[in-house]
Amino acid sequence: MKTFLCAGFFFLVVSASFAQKTFPVNGVADERSDTYFFTNATIVKDAGTTLNNASLLVQKGKIIAVGNSITTPKNAISIDCKGKYITPSFIDIYSDYGITPPQRSGVPFSYSAPAQFDSDTKGAFGWNQAIRSETEAVKIFKTDKEKAELFRNIGFGTTLTHQKDGIARGTGVVVTLADARENLVIVKERASAHYSFSKGTSTQSYPGSLMGSIALLRQNYIDAAWYKNNPAAEGVNLSLKAWNENQSLPQIFEANDKWGDVRADRIGDEFGVQYIIKGGGNEYQRINEIKATKAAFILPVNYPQAMDVEDPNDARYVSLNDLKHWELAPANPAVFEKAGIPFCLTPADLTDPKQFLVNIRKAIQNGLSESKALEALTQTPATLLSVYDQVGSLEPGKLANFLISSGPVFKDKTIIYQNWVQGQQYNVANEEWNEIKGVYQVSIRTAGNSSLSFPLEVQSASSARITDKDTLQTKFSFNGKTLSLSFAPGKHSTSVIRLSGIVSGGQWSGNGEDTTGARVMWSAAFVKALPSKTARDSGNTILPSAKITYPFGSYGWDALPQPQALLFKNATVWTSDAAGKLENTDVLIKDGKIAQVGKNLLDAKATVIDATGKHITAGIIDEHSHIATASINEGAQSVTSEVRIADNLNPDDINIYRQLSGGVTSSHILHGSANTIGGQTQLIKLRWGADDEGLKFKNWDPFIKFALGENVKRTTAAANNRFPDTRMGVEEVLMDAFQRATDYEKAIKRAEAGSKGKKGSAVSPWNTVRRDLELDALVEIMNKKRFITCHSYVQSEITYTMRVAEKFGFRVNTFTHILEGYKVADKMKEHGANVSTFSDWFGYKMEVADAIAYNAAIMQRMGLNVCINSDDAEMARRLNQEAAKVIKYGGVTEEQALNMVTINPAKALHIDDRTGSIKVGKDADLVLWSDHPLSIYAQAEKTMVDGIVYFDRQRDLQLRKAIAAERNRLIQKMVSEKKSGNAVAPFKASNYETLSCDEHE
Amino acid sequence: MRRIFFFLLLTCISYMVVAQDDIYPAKEYKGLLFITNGTVHVGNGQVLENTTIEVNNGKIMRLGQNLPVPQDDVKVFNAAGKHVYPGLILPLSDIGLKEIGSGVRGSNDYRELGDINPNIRSLVAYNTASAMINILKSNGILLANTVPQGGIISGSSSVVQLDAWNWEDAAYLADGGIHINIPSFATVRTAPAAAQQDANKAALEKTEGIKSFFRQAKAYLAEESHAEVNLKFEAVKGLFEKKQKLFAHADRIKQILIAVDIAKEFGFELVIAGGSESWQIASLLKENNVSVILNAEHNLPATEDEDIDQPFKTPALLQNAGVLFALNDHASNTRYRNLPFNAGTAAAYGLSREEALSAITLNAAKILGIAGKTGSIEAGKDANIIISEGDILDMKSSVVTHAFIQGRQVRLENKQTQLNERYLHKYGLK
Repeated sequence: MKTFLCAGFFFLVVSASFAQKTFPVNGVADERSDTYFFTNATIVKDAGTTLNNASLLVQKGKIIAVGNSITTPKNAISIDCKGKYITPSFIDIYSDYGITPPQRSGVPFSYSAPAQFDSDTKGAFGWNQAIRSETEAVKIFKTDKEKAELFRNIGFGTTLTHQKDGIARGTGVVVTLADARENLVIVKERASAHYSFSKGTSTQSYPGSLMGSIALLRQNYIDAAWYKNNPAAEGVNLSLKAWNENQSLPQIFEANDKWGDVRADRIGDEFGVQYIIKGGGNEYQRINEIKATKAAFILPVNYPQAMDVEDPNDARYVSLNDLKHWELAPANPAVFEKAGIPFCLTPADLTDPKQFLVNIRKAIQNGLSESKALEALTQTPATLLSVYDQVGSLEPGKLANFLISSGPVFKDKTIIYQNWVQGQQYNVANEEWNEIKGVYQVSIRTAGNSSLSFPLEVQSASSARITDKDTLQTKFSFNGKTLSLSFAPGKHSTSVIRLSGIVSGGQWSGNGEDTTGARVMWSAAFVKALPSKTARDSGNTILPSAKITYPFGSYGWDALPQPQALLFKNATVWTSDAAGKLENTDVLIKDGKIAQVGKNLLDAKATVIDATGKHITAGIIDEHSHIATASINEGAQSVTSEVRIADNLNPDDINIYRQLSGGVTSSHILHGSANTIGGQTQLIKLRWGADDEGLKFKNWDPFIKFALGENVKRTTAAANNRFPDTRMGVEEVLMDAFQRATDYEKAIKRAEAGSKGKKGSAVSPWNTVRRDLELDALVEIMNKKRFITCHSYVQSEITYTMRVAEKFGFRVNTFTHILEGYKVADKMKEHGANVSTFSDWFGYKMEVADAIAYNAAIMQRMGLNVCINSDDAEMARRLNQEAAKVIKYGGVTEEQALNMVTINPAKALHIDDRTGSIKVGKDADLVLWSDHPLSIYAQAEKTMVDGIVYFDRQRDLQLRKAIAAERNRLIQKMVSEKKSGNAVAPFKASNYETLSCDEHE
Repeated sequence: MRRIFFFLLLTCISYMVVAQDDIYPAKEYKGLLFITNGTVHVGNGQVLENTTIEVNNGKIMRLGQNLPVPQDDVKVFNAAGKHVYPGLILPLSDIGLKEIGSGVRGSNDYRELGDINPNIRSLVAYNTASAMINILKSNGILLANTVPQGGIISGSSSVVQLDAWNWEDAAYLADGGIHINIPSFATVRTAPAAAQQDANKAALEKTEGIKSFFRQAKAYLAEESHAEVNLKFEAVKGLFEKKQKLFAHADRIKQILIAVDIAKEFGFELVIAGGSESWQIASLLKENNVSVILNAEHNLPATEDEDIDQPFKTPALLQNAGVLFALNDHASNTRYRNLPFNAGTAAAYGLSREEALSAITLNAAKILGIAGKTGSIEAGKDANIIISEGDILDMKSSVVTHAFIQGRQVRLENKQTQLNERYLHKYGLK
């Protein structure tokens, strides 16, 4: 048996042992058994099992045996791993290794550019370019030596790679990171199917929003199920075919954000799919919601970098949210571990993959256990992909993928020497394999046989110093075998002695030149070990102190608030009800409801609030709002009734809090006005701190947004090619949509009747009829199960929309904006519509040329139910003032004016049985005002939703101080990061956006 | 004596007309006019109860309690129980230049091509027939500064009175301000960090461009005579002679500091237009005698973390620091009609009501350079006066019943009141 010190060997041609029978060889056959025997190692078989002083036998790329008592095989190359650790190589479950990132052709999206209605993909594929379920990574994968080395160097041996492009991305392939031909590195051909919200390189206009992406995914699940019966009408659709074939694989969804994760999971729930979710790193902010998904997670470790925030005028634009996230992001994996949620870790999303282990160690400092970290990089991904029989631990029969390191793999100073993949050695820091650290005595002999001698302290393969009388400037490098050393022989010497040599069996020797250029010979011998330094105390790390609040940014709650029993004494109570305005009146709220309204009320348990001189009104209801949502418009088509605002609520929007400060308690969140039939709306209550489900107004009649006029005919887009381009066309879009919906409903009924006839019981109609989410919503409208709020301005379009509705047997529930409503008030009254308008908007586009501030008052006098809405995140916090303008313009009474933002919108939204007025038994959605509620001088002192005080002006003042203090603490911490010499990113302002009606993604 | 019962007249006119074309500018009035026994809000902080204003030949002659009102051919308006204010002044607007901003290019004349356009004059394009004008007037706005936009140096603004046949009639102060747009040092939030660095560089280069222009202008204007006359340099002569003010459009601190730097180098009188971050450096502005026009009160805070009422309380912070400031009402969907309510909001968040009033009257007049003629109800000034049913800063009582420009009683109907009448008539609601 020959014992080699493995360190000196570099395998230049590794593919030789992976001979493939079908591939001709150019040269001479070179079959090898590649049998290696690693001895005396600490072997971490898996996250839970560590063997001391154990051996590992590998042959032809696989593990043959692992344990403490393996007989040494004769044909093996034996490698002594004394003091070293062997750990399974990591598995990256989220890479695009070996797959060329796709490039987007054409120009970036522009709202004013012509739309692209059809897919650019060649072949018999589906209608949408972003659905690429036919993509198979195994067919486009190509081994990439540079990338493979990069990832091996951070510990990876196996990766799941897929093409990160599109909403449905096709399948992923599990490959090893060996430098071998594609055929030989594949672990599993079709290992996963991938999805995201991002349409990637698709140039097609649809979908143009997050909610459009979600609708497209939902429709695809339906279409694919329908396609299983090979409907003749569809012909061949390879995208749907592949979609169906991919369903049996693990389904991986790239959601990239805590709320995105929840949204993705909800799509899965609807179609019986449990996604594995690729998160965004901010999940710790809502871990309960994350846990409720029951998903396994893939977590990136691309923590935000500290920024240069020394300039206070810059720092002002970094949000508390981002500052806190900077501090807390490394704790994300630990929070998952604590919550018992299965997860993998991935270097995906890191700009510099070399940061991976550094960041894993940060996660460990922040509470992640080392064994969990290893599990998240081995067993968990392997199990999720059903390849644990091949990779992920050190067991006989599995691939010989393992790391040899100087210590436990995640410890701070641990060096990974080698990363073996499929039984082949790849060096990571092989030069460190042999302990070179120590004190040596260097002897130099000149030609004249005079000799010099210096002590040399070697710290590592790249660092050493001569310590004679002084410490001398020394350059040292050792590559595992040869070394070079140069130094100035005296403190003031400007010339250097340059030496080169080899290390052989502990002996150093070689040649060189002295300061005069004369040749010298030299040698060195080990004297003693380096004096041991006290290990750096890792317990010194200052753990983050930022708090998780709800929402996570500024003005959040430490814990969600609870309903209180409150007794307001002696207020002026504006009931917005038959009772009218009541002076010197008490209001008692209990268990979220209005319990009593009257004089001299008593309640032993309630907190009494003196409201003398103050006013109480019902909470303001905004009929037309665009806050608290991630996208507003799906404008790629003229009919998008399939999209739903509910799919992309954003509970973190600071405008929720700001509007509470203006007395708003409920908001109707509408799709924008980019198209004639927009998306389904969502009524919310402003429960600041709740999640998206918590925001929703429960058991309401669902609504949908329609729009008419300039926006939907794209007046400002010079190159519009989307039908319609005129009001004439808008009317036909409506006619066509409802005609199609009528025919669709008939077809469903026929299908149901037909199946009943044959089998005697109802069968799903969806075998014969393609279920269409767009038409479903329109059928609901016709069946009075869904109600329209219609953005409209001029009298012609208002009238024709009513006529179309009447033709199809339903009514337009609400005309919103309706600035020419006064011209057709009689017609709308007869039709039975509610109206919701601006108090005084005018003069911003042609279709408001006849807008008048007297509109609301005329409509009111004509007997219509009139609301005043905002459509504007700022104005929404002054809706009481907007209502007051109707007194100025048109002379309605104060109570009538207030009703326009309380009970009237409640009626228009069919929720007047629960909110909108002050009446015993209704939801305690109330505002305590400092002054007359229609006065510009009035401020909301407390705003309550369901009896919970969500806004309190006194608390707000305290929060401001707390926000300022916490911002300062974090900014100081970032600045000290820079001062301590750590790399900081250049300053960049935090994203902060308030969406409006004509917003496009 | 001709006592005019104002609302009766108004009602008659309303019935007669259906289009705005019939709302004629008022004729010049030579003679005495009295506004009697009103609560007079002078505009300088004073409130005079039960006070009569005497106007002669369009000028305010005197104010006092129990002023004698002659029983002959004079106009008398009884303002007992009502509030009397100076005509409101809109300090930054595109009135008469921009009719329908979105989708009707032909109706827009507010933005010229080119970067350096000091010679562009808004006044000559001011359209007295704009449908917006009468709407503003009916809310008490009697004077407006009409401002060109675009480029780096946009041109000169002029103050117009809002009851005129043509722009020459309308001119109240011609070319009083030269408007420059201080380049932005900020990028859109979604831009990468590198773009931020580029933006800084580009902004500094543009700033150098502005300075270079003024340096050359200064040198040119020092010449005895010119071989070739340069219209752009000629246009800024007034700045160097302090007959014009420099209106620097700037919101962020860095931009404002740049503006102050430019003004210092050339000795210009500086007005910051926009100024949303001015409150953070208010003392510096005070020291340098810089005044501010806050463009919009009814704005959201600039960041998520900022105090939720920051824009509302910014005026109070400037007031406390002693900075001369005025309020504007920049809101594209309501076209300046809510100017008094911007002041009302400021009053709800820290200003006194009279201070808030000054911010849309006397302070604006001072900043625009017309305080010698208007901005307050004081003897010697033009009789630019409005009468309101109640507190003009609070929408629930802000109903302007009379307005006078240089003593002429101007009409308060507008397209909207007329359409209102028309449809009340249709529905038989009159």
